[in-house]
Amino acid sequence: MGFLLYVALPLAVLTGLAWTVRRIVARTSQGRFGAAFRAMPMTAAFGLTVVSIYVIGALCAPVLAPYGESQVFDEFNLFPGENPAFVLGTDQLGRDQLTRLLYGGRNTIGIAFITTMLAFLLGATLGFLAATLGGWLDQALSRAIDVLMAIPQLIFALLLITILGQSTLNMILVIAVLDSTRVFRLARAVGGTIIVMDYIEAARLRGEGLGYLIFREILPNAAAPLLAEFGLRFCFVFLLIAALSFLGIGIQPPLADWGTMVRELSIYIAYAEYGDWQAASLPLLPASAIALLTVAVNFVVDWMLDRHSGLKS
Amino acid sequence: MDVMTDGNTLLTIRDLRIEGLSGEAWLPIINGVSLHLDRGEVLGLIGESGAGKSTLGLAGMGFTRDGCRITSGSISFDGIDLVSASPERKRSLLGRRIAYVAQSAAASFNPAHRLIDQHTEGPVLHGVSSREDSREDARSLYDRLRLPDPGNIGFRYPHQVSGGQLQRAMTAMAMSCRPDLIVFDEPTTALDVTTQIEVLAAIRDIVEQFGTAAIYITHDLAVVAQMADRIKVLLNGDEVEENDTRTMLSHPAEPYTRSLWAVRSFRRPEQAPAPAGTVPVISIRGVTAGYGADIDVLHDVSFDIHTGRTVAVVGESGSGKSTVARCITGLLPPRQGEVRFDDEVLPPGYRHRTRDQLRQVQMIYQMADTALNPKLRVRDIVGRPVQFYRGYRGTRLLERVEELLSQIELDPGQFINRLPSELSGGQKQRIGIARALAAEPRFIICDEVTSALDQLVAEGILKLLDRLQRELNLSYMFITHDLATVRAIADEVVVMKDGHVIELGAKTDMFSPPHHAYTDLLLSSVPEMDPDWLDRLLAQRGRNNIGEAARLGIDRAAHRQSTL
Repeated sequence: MGFLLYVALPLAVLTGLAWTVRRIVARTSQGRFGAAFRAMPMTAAFGLTVVSIYVIGALCAPVLAPYGESQVFDEFNLFPGENPAFVLGTDQLGRDQLTRLLYGGRNTIGIAFITTMLAFLLGATLGFLAATLGGWLDQALSRAIDVLMAIPQLIFALLLITILGQSTLNMILVIAVLDSTRVFRLARAVGGTIIVMDYIEAARLRGEGLGYLIFREILPNAAAPLLAEFGLRFCFVFLLIAALSFLGIGIQPPLADWGTMVRELSIYIAYAEYGDWQAASLPLLPASAIALLTVAVNFVVDWMLDRHSGLKS
Repeated sequence: MDVMTDGNTLLTIRDLRIEGLSGEAWLPIINGVSLHLDRGEVLGLIGESGAGKSTLGLAGMGFTRDGCRITSGSISFDGIDLVSASPERKRSLLGRRIAYVAQSAAASFNPAHRLIDQHTEGPVLHGVSSREDSREDARSLYDRLRLPDPGNIGFRYPHQVSGGQLQRAMTAMAMSCRPDLIVFDEPTTALDVTTQIEVLAAIRDIVEQFGTAAIYITHDLAVVAQMADRIKVLLNGDEVEENDTRTMLSHPAEPYTRSLWAVRSFRRPEQAPAPAGTVPVISIRGVTAGYGADIDVLHDVSFDIHTGRTVAVVGESGSGKSTVARCITGLLPPRQGEVRFDDEVLPPGYRHRTRDQLRQVQMIYQMADTALNPKLRVRDIVGRPVQFYRGYRGTRLLERVEELLSQIELDPGQFINRLPSELSGGQKQRIGIARALAAEPRFIICDEVTSALDQLVAEGILKLLDRLQRELNLSYMFITHDLATVRAIADEVVVMKDGHVIELGAKTDMFSPPHHAYTDLLLSSVPEMDPDWLDRLLAQRGRNNIGEAARLGIDRAAHRQSTL
C-alpha cells in the first residue's frame, strides 16, 4: 500500500508528465539547440522534468508550502490522510510534513548546489593552472591532492567538521574542499590533453597571458566533460549532506532537510514488525525524494555525456 | 547465383551502393560503382579524401565500417556472394583468402606480441599450417621482402623495428596464408620517401612472385603508377574512369583526371639570391639544441632567410626540421648559438620576447584541425591577434577581419561566423594563414602546411602563399618532406639529416647534380609519374642500395671520410 502510494504512483505520474513534456518540446523547439532536445531519449526527458520540478519546488517553497518552515501544531505524529489539513501528516513535534519536505528540498538542494559550485571553482582553477604551468606547481598540487584523496571522504568530513565546529558554513567549506580534489583531477587531465594542441601553442607564441589561455582557449573545450562531471558531483555532494544530516552534524534544526527527516522518521520502520506497512514506509517519503533527484540528475548527465562523446547507442 | 564465373575472374563488384550514417541521416558514400579484378592483377584506386576509395576497398573484402551499410549491388569473390554471406563464411575467407594491409602498421600490430607470433596466428587459426611451418615460412617471407636479419627479426616487438620494416612485416603477415587478394590501404603514406621506395619495391616483388591479386588504394598518383596494372579514379563516390595504367597516364579521358594529372605543375619562378651584405630577416647561427638533459637534436645549425624569399627545410622525420622551428619561435631555447631577427638577437625563450618580437614571427601548422580552437568562431580566431597586437575593437576590428578573409580568398559574409568544424580542410588551412597574417609579421614558418591536404587543395594553398609573399613581401621558412612542394615554391633549400645541415643552396643548384650523396638519395627516391620509374631506379641503384641500406651506406662513407 505504502509502496504503491509513495513510489509507484509518483513514478507513473512523473513518467507520464515527462512523456508529455517531450512531446511539447518536440513540437515547439526549433533550430540547432532544439534539435538536441527533439532527439532526447525518454530517460533524459524524465530526468529533466524531475529536476525542473525540484528546482521549482525549491525556489517557490515559501509560496507552495501551506505553513511556515518550523511552525508547530498541536497535532503531532499524524499519519498521511488522517487530517485533510495535513496531507502528508505531521512529525513528532507537530510540524507539517509537506511543508518540511518542500523546505527540506530547498535547503538541501541549495546548499548542495552552492557547495558543488565552490568545489568546481576551486578544483577547476587549480587543475587548469597545474595543467598549464606544469613543473613544480603541478607536482606540489597533485601530491597534496593525492594526500587528501587518500583519506575516506565521509570520515574525513566528520573529523573536520568536529574540529572546526558544527555550522552550515563549515560544512559547505569542508565538503567543497574535499570534493574539489576529484574536480582537480578531471580538470588537470582534460586540460592536459588540450594544452598540447597547436592552437594553445599559437596563443602562447602570441604572448597571451595565463587568464586568456585558461578562460578563452582551454575552458570552452573542457566545458562538456566538466558540466557532465558537475551533475555527478552534485549528486555525491547532495548524498553526503544528507548522510551528514542523518548523522546529526549536517544541516541543523530548525532548518528542514531530507537527511534529518529520514533519521527522525526511521523509528517508524519498527512498525513493519506489526504489519503496519503505511507507518513503516513513512521514511520512504524523504528517502525517495533523495533517490529520485539522484536518479534524475544521472539521467540528464548520461544524456549529456552521450552527446559529448558522440556515441550512438 | 547470377554471377558468371570464368576461371580468371577473382572479384566482381556490380553497381555497389554504400551509405554512411551522419547525424540522423544516411548519406551516400559510394553511388553505384562496379569493379572487376582478375587473378594476379593489381588495381589502383585513386581519388581525393572522401572519394570513397577506402570504403570501396573494404567492400571488396565484404566488409563495411561501423555506421556504414551496403544498400544495393553485389560483391562476388570467386563465385561467393559477399553481401549475403554469413559472418562465419566471411570469417573463413578473411585472412585466409583475402588479406588487408593498413596505412599505419604501427597502429595495426599488437605492441604486446612479437612479430612472428602475430604472423603465425592466421595460418594456425585457419588450419593452413602448423605453428612451426608458419614460422619457417615467415622467415622466408622476411627474406623475400629484404628485411634485415630475416632469421631473427620476427622475434622483435613492433616498437623495436623501424616504420618501413614494420610495413613490410605487415605485408609478410598478409601473405602468410597465400591469399588470392590483398587490399593495400595507403601502405606507404605515413613513410618517408627513402623508406617508401623499399616498401614499394618489396610489395611489388612479392605480389608478382605469388601471383596475388591486389587492390592498391592511394592518393599519390606517382605511387599508383608504379604499382598498378589498371587504375580506377574515384570522385565523391562515383567512378570517373578506369583504364590500364599506361593509357591512363598518357591519355586521361575525363577533365577531372586531367586536372589531377596536371597538379604539381605550379612552379614559381625562382628569385635571385639576395645581394651580398643585405641583412637577413632571420639568421640562425650555430644553434645546438635538444630536449633531454644531454641529447642534442640539432648540431650547430646555421642558415639565413632573406626578405621576400622562401627557404625550404627538407629532411626525413627525425631530421630536426621542426626543432629548428621551435628554436626560432622560442619554444625550445637553444643550448648554444643564437637566432637573430633583423640582426638583433632574439631572447632564447618566447616568454622573454617583446610583443613586437613575437608578432614578427608567425607559424602555420600542419594539422589545421588542432591548430584552430574548435570552440571559437572564425571572427574570433582571426580577430584575436588584431585585437591583441593592434588594439582594434568594434567595427574597426570587424573591417580588418573581413579584409584578412578577402586576402585569403574566403567570402567574409559566408565564413566570418563559422566554427572550424564547419570548414573543409583547405578552408581551415586558409584560416590558419589568416591568423598568421593578422599579426602583420615579416616572417612565417610553414610547418608541412600542405601534407595533410589533397593535391588540388594543396596547390591552391601554395598559390595563395606565393601571392601573399609577393604582395606583403613576406619571408617563409617552409618545412617539408615533400620535394614536389620544394620545387614549386622554394628559392633556397636546406637539407637536414640527423640534426645536421647536410647541404644548402639555391634551388636550381640543389636540383641539378652534383650534390651530396644524401641529397641525391632523397631526390631520386621521389616517385615520378612514369610507370617505369621504379624499375629504372632499381636497375640504376641496385636492389640493395635503396632506402635504409642506402642511408647506412652514406653514413659509412661519411664516417670513412671523417676518419681519413
